[in-house]
Amino acid sequence: MGRLDGKVVLISGVARSQGRSHAVRFAEEGADVIGFDVLDKIKGSPSAPATQADMDETVRQVEALDRRIVATKADVRDWAAVKAAVDDGVAQLGRLDVVLGNAGVFTAPSLAEDMEDDIFMDTLDINVAGVWRTAKAGIPHLKKNENGGSILITSSIAGLSGAQNFAHYVASKHAVVGLMRTLALELAQHNIRVNTVHPGSINTVMVTNDTMARLFRPDLENPTTDDFLAVAGQMNPMGVPLLEPFDISNALVFLASDEARYITGVTLPVDAGTLIQ
Amino acid sequence: MGRLDGKVVFITGVARGQGRSHAIRFAEEGADIIGIDVLEPIAGSVSNPTTQADMEETIAAVEALDRRIIATKADVRSLEQVKKAVDDGVAQLGRLDVVIANAGVSTFTGPTEALTEEAFVDMIDINLTGVWRTCAAAIPHLKTGGRGGSIIMTSSVAGLTALANLGHYVSAKHGVVGLMRALALELAPEQIRVNSIHPTTVDTPMVNNEATFKLFRPDLENPTVDDFVEAAKVMNALPIGWVKAVDISNAMVWLASDEARYVTGVTLPVDAGSLVK
Repeated sequence: MGRLDGKVVLISGVARSQGRSHAVRFAEEGADVIGFDVLDKIKGSPSAPATQADMDETVRQVEALDRRIVATKADVRDWAAVKAAVDDGVAQLGRLDVVLGNAGVFTAPSLAEDMEDDIFMDTLDINVAGVWRTAKAGIPHLKKNENGGSILITSSIAGLSGAQNFAHYVASKHAVVGLMRTLALELAQHNIRVNTVHPGSINTVMVTNDTMARLFRPDLENPTTDDFLAVAGQMNPMGVPLLEPFDISNALVFLASDEARYITGVTLPVDAGTLIQ
Repeated sequence: MGRLDGKVVFITGVARGQGRSHAIRFAEEGADIIGIDVLEPIAGSVSNPTTQADMEETIAAVEALDRRIIATKADVRSLEQVKKAVDDGVAQLGRLDVVIANAGVSTFTGPTEALTEEAFVDMIDINLTGVWRTCAAAIPHLKTGGRGGSIIMTSSVAGLTALANLGHYVSAKHGVVGLMRALALELAPEQIRVNSIHPTTVDTPMVNNEATFKLFRPDLENPTVDDFVEAAKVMNALPIGWVKAVDISNAMVWLASDEARYVTGVTLPVDAGSLVK
């Protein structure tokens, strides 16, 4: 018996990394999945774009657990596409219980004063307005449930503290905390709970790339991800270089489940203690 | 298969209320219990003293789940008593993995400048220094085990925000957050995680009593539980007056489990959204 039997979860950015991990963990707990992903290049992103092959792999892993998944190509910057993906998924799977605002980018880091306007604005469009659009598309379906639902937004440790060279990302991840708190207030009367999780560095392509390696190893001429990992453990008191995507998925499963039925408006770090260091 | 099979948890204030609920939920997940309770009147407490009969009910409930429990009369105001109880418990059960610093009191309410010296000092002695004594007695066993561990402190929404006319309680519960963060930093290298939980009002003897009903309903001569719940709803965003003890237990089970293996230094509200309201 799963902790989310019979539930349906909506996941943005589902093709790989944390999104895929969430799809698999929620499916393991008995949930069906509605997922979408941009499957396109994002300007300034240091990681290779998510592909249809990535999406197919997520679909394969969910179906291997005997759960259903409706996976669509859609961009969180495109309201009509998000709404169509969600409405179509609910039409096929019959309901919606949980929304995971997971899709996000981390692009071209630099000092705030050197940042290009479109790099900054794209980050907000994807990481903040994209989460808002995802929630907005899901909320009418959640409101139909007698027992409400759960909206979970992936912020970051950068949503609760500053980080040099990350002004666009930090601003976006702080902003979703405000969005979460407002949604928590607006939706409480419908028993819809809204919370954020705040991951530290996770073992995904957003972190394991050359741009990140150069940022964290300015002492080396051509640093590799291994060079980055050699110092990454110093960023938290537990000495963990990178957390795994399933560490975030496990927190989301808890928050989505009835075990957390009265948890709302909460910022939950999963960061090996980075924020108290 | 339980999520805490083979683990041993130490719980203060185990005779009733949240403590008993934690003992039962942890036993359901496969853990054995070491528990203490003061079993004596506390000066100024708004609730009746815990009794040996309460303790026996906790013992019976844990043993009905085929788990072991070593329950002792001990006062968190005495390091010697706490230490002896933990040492004895570990000697009998063989190990220690989780510490739940749950024991606490609620006493006289009124303007902070009107508190007696005794009321203030006793509050700190039980609700803050008692948590420290609990940790001080238990940490050597967690370290000896060499398997890491999890310490969970019961703070309160009053540990993160002010409540008027509870100055001593608010001070103690804020103090717990500082203690939690300091211990989280100190113990992270040993993979011992330390977190605090922040409940809104919980349906336990600390709240479910006439004195508390009158505090919430000064307009009524003989307020009932329903009158209280109606007034208490105003504190929370979700349309409920209070949460149940099991809701706190469920959050603790998650924090104690491997699903939260990199969650440390975190303040987790279980508060029906009262802090965002």
